[in-house]
Parts: sequence; C-alpha cells; structure tokens
Amino acid sequence: MASQVSSDPRVHDKPDTVASLSVEGLSIEFSRRRVWTPVVHDVSMRVMPGEIVGVIGESGSGKTLSSLAALRLLPKQARVASGRVRLGDVDILTQSESQMRNLRGNRMALIPQDAMQALNPTMRVGLQVAEPISLHSGQRLKSVAGVAAKLLETVGIARPEQQARAFPHQFSGGMQQRAMIAMGLALAPGLLIADEPTTALDVTVQAQVLNLLRDIRDTRGTSIMFITHDLGVVAELCDWVYVMRHGRIVEQGSVRRIFMDPQEEYTKMLLAATPSIHGPRRKGGV
Amino acid sequence: MSQDLIRIRAVSKEFGATGWFKKPVGVKAVDGVTLAVKRGQTLGIVGESGSGKSTLLRMALRLIKPSSGTVEIDGQDIWTLQGAELKAFRRKVQPIFQNPASSFNPRQSIGQILVAPLEVHGIGDRDSRRAKVAALLERVGLPKDAIDRHPHQLSGGQKQRIAIARAVILQPEAVLADEPTSALDVSVQAQVLDLFDDIRRDLGLTAIFVSHNLAVIRQVSDQIAVMRHGSVVEYGEADQVFGDPQHEYTKTLIAAVPDHRKLMRAL
Repeated sequence: MASQVSSDPRVHDKPDTVASLSVEGLSIEFSRRRVWTPVVHDVSMRVMPGEIVGVIGESGSGKTLSSLAALRLLPKQARVASGRVRLGDVDILTQSESQMRNLRGNRMALIPQDAMQALNPTMRVGLQVAEPISLHSGQRLKSVAGVAAKLLETVGIARPEQQARAFPHQFSGGMQQRAMIAMGLALAPGLLIADEPTTALDVTVQAQVLNLLRDIRDTRGTSIMFITHDLGVVAELCDWVYVMRHGRIVEQGSVRRIFMDPQEEYTKMLLAATPSIHGPRRKGGV
Repeated sequence: MSQDLIRIRAVSKEFGATGWFKKPVGVKAVDGVTLAVKRGQTLGIVGESGSGKSTLLRMALRLIKPSSGTVEIDGQDIWTLQGAELKAFRRKVQPIFQNPASSFNPRQSIGQILVAPLEVHGIGDRDSRRAKVAALLERVGLPKDAIDRHPHQLSGGQKQRIAIARAVILQPEAVLADEPTSALDVSVQAQVLDLFDDIRRDLGLTAIFVSHNLAVIRQVSDQIAVMRHGSVVEYGEADQVFGDPQHEYTKTLIAAVPDHRKLMRAL
C-alpha cells in the first residue's frame, strides 16, 4: 500500500500548473456574544490536480473550518476575515450564492464524516445518489435515477440495481460511506473534500474506502483534500501533508518528508504520541 | 491463591431480537468465550464493532448476566455472590467507561464523585476521605482546585483521569476498561494511556482493556484476545499475536491498520 508514496512529491510545487484548490492567507473569525474572535489564522494551502492532500490536526485545530470555507459552507457564526480561495481559476469568495450552488457538486464535492447523518432516511439511496444530477441538469429525478446503479457500482457496491432501491438504514456503515462517495462523484467534480470520511468505520472497512479513494484519483485524476486526525491514514493515502494546530499551519511537506524528517516540535510530538503496531512499543513495554 | 485472578469460562450471551411481526430470533453476541487473566497482567480484547467485546466486558463486570457459562474472580462465580460478598466484589473490580461525559453525575463536584465510593464502602472518616481524594487528584495529574469543579468544566482527558482515579480509589484488584481513550485526541490519549499504565504497575492491578484500536491494545497488553462475531479467534501473548499472527482474521486486521511506521519502514 505504501506504493503511493512514490508518486512525485514535486507535483505540489509545479509553478506552471493551476491548482485545483488554492487557499491564500485565509483567516476565519467566530462570533461569540457578538465579539468576533479569530480562530483560523493566515492559512495557505493548495491541492494540485490529481493530488491527495492530507490536512491533519487534533480537535479544534481549524482543519474542518478551513475546508468548509473552501466550499463556502461556513456556519452562520463564522466568517472569512481575510484571504482568498480559488477553485481552479474561480475566485470562490466573490461568487454569488447561485454560482456557488452550481460549483458545489459540479466542480467540487464534500464527503462528510457521518454518512448516516448526511443521508435522508426517508429516501431511497439510488434517488439520493442521482439527485445532484437532477438538480444541476433540471431533469426530473426519476428520469436520471438509472445513473444511480452505475455510480453505486463504481464505488464497489455489489448488486447495485437492487441496492439503489434500499433505504440508508439498510446499508452498513461502509456502504453508507460508499453511497456518499458515489453522490460526490455524480457530476464528476475535479475536487473531493473528504472530512474524516473513515473515522467512524472499522479498520477493515476503512482500508476498503481508502483504496476506493485512491482508485478514484488514479483512474479519474480527481484531486482530493483529506481531513483527518489519523497520521496512519495520511501516511497510507496522501502525497502532501499540512499539519494544523490552533488554527495555524505549523508544518507542510511531502508525506515522505513529514514522516521521515519532521521539523516542528508539534509534528514530532504527534508522531511520538501515535501508538503503532510496528516497531518498538511507544513506552518501555511490559 | 490461583495464578489467575479472572476466569471466563465458556461464556455466551444471547440477546433476544424481537420484531413487530417476526418471530423473535436470538442473536449470539458472545459465543462460548473462555479466557483467563493472570494476577498483575493486562488482557487486551480487540475486535471490530459487533464483535461482542463490550458485552463480554460487561458480563465480567456483572452488569449483564451471561446466558450460559461462568465468570470467576478469585475462584468465585460472580453471579452467585450476594450481600457482603457482592459488595466485596464491587470493591475488588472497577470499571472505566468510554464516554467520560456520561459516566459522571453532572450535578456532582469532582470531590463528591471521588468520595462516593469511600462513603459507600464505609472507608475512613470525613477528613481522611478528603485527604485521600486530594492525594489521588495529584497522582492523576490534576490541579488541587479540580476538587470543587464539575465534570463539564473539565476536558475529555481530565475526565478520563478522574475516571481512573475513581476506579482505583478503593484499591481494587482489577480494573476493566472499555475503550477508555477512543474519544480523545492522540496527544491526550498518549498521556492517559501512560497514566493508566503507571498506576496499574504501581498498584499491581490486573486489567482487561477493550478497544477497537490495535495499536492502543498492543501498547497496554500482556496478552491479547482477538474477537470476531462473538468468538475469540486468536488468544496469546501480545508479542506473539502481533509478531506472528496465526488466524487469517488477525492477519487481515493487522494489515488493515493504517500505520505511519509501516511507511517509514518501507522507505
């Protein structure tokens, strides 16, 4: 599985290529009792075409907020104080709401952590997966529903035609997450933003979902921004890593560099704190 | 005195799944599990969701009655205990649960939470209890003034420190923990695991540690039981289970763990 590491880390530094997603000097503020408090400070990051970029941090590090800003889906109490977000050559922060609706789904899609919560419990999975197509093309949902089975097949769901007629609660956690990925792929966006998509899954299922995301990148050239607290997942999946803490990026680099030669104390601490099934036990042992 | 403090013998638990229109169908959450924990050792139980690991732990805590089989502490079947013997068992074996927020009474102060076991078991007087709580708070690395705070004023890691303190305040023989660090950030998890390990060694505690996280289990355990679909598929010394897994499922599980040290070795 470590083979992905061999993909060229220099792709991240190509000056002549337009990034799939580029965040420059982004600061986000949160309102608490009508006082605006900065929570994300001067964050810059980018995702190059066909690259899987990991954003790693502990709770409260600002990793999710930064990604939501890219989708312009910040919660009401939050606002962008300064900075630029560009999706390809589109300036996200100056788009109208209807332009944004067109970009979401078409150009980028979000894969959330809790698939069960994101799915509509009263609607058949197939219809939900096909819904973005219907919304964006203006065609009736029923006339595009046939595409759903094909999408479910792409994400590795067996008997897709039958499963398209199932309701979310009839799916296992892994299948629900696959359905969310299928929905994200419906309009073949160039960028997927995945926010802890495997955190709620068992490790064997997580391994399958990570493989699926890697396949999607390899076969379609989709760029992926992968938000996680799990160093192991980053090591297996990502090409480039941003380490966040307290709303700032403390370190960035190729996966190889971050893991082999971390420069910042915080990154070293994270590496040391993560228990491993390989090598010596973290503490003296028994 | 036997070498084994805890013996789990052929324990099964069947939950009755009832449907509105369907005939009730029994589901075997735990199916004929036999395990033993030696004094002073830690048994790690690892498995994916639905493997029956938590049900097994709850049976060992006498919170769920097994459908068949027995759990013995010190050679006594815990389900035959009554009165004073049961109370002694409740003192000897202590739980630590996963969710630190829901395992405390939100209206009690930390001091009240920690003193309660001493009161229930009639240990010491007011002053000596207070002193004991204060000493223990310091031992688990919390500031003195935490004694008057309430659970919601503490972080998740601090709450799990309190849970550890509460579990050991009666000087038990065994601590049974169910995913005690899975709600914590990794840096906090590392600190809580270290504390758990230090205290366990200081007090010579026997422990069962249940987790879905193989790396965490590896760090704290002497022996490891791998569970799947209610059964133990592999059981042995920690180094042997990780170093030379015998069962296909254990191999699959180990291979599936994303691990940065795997990458670092490959490079």
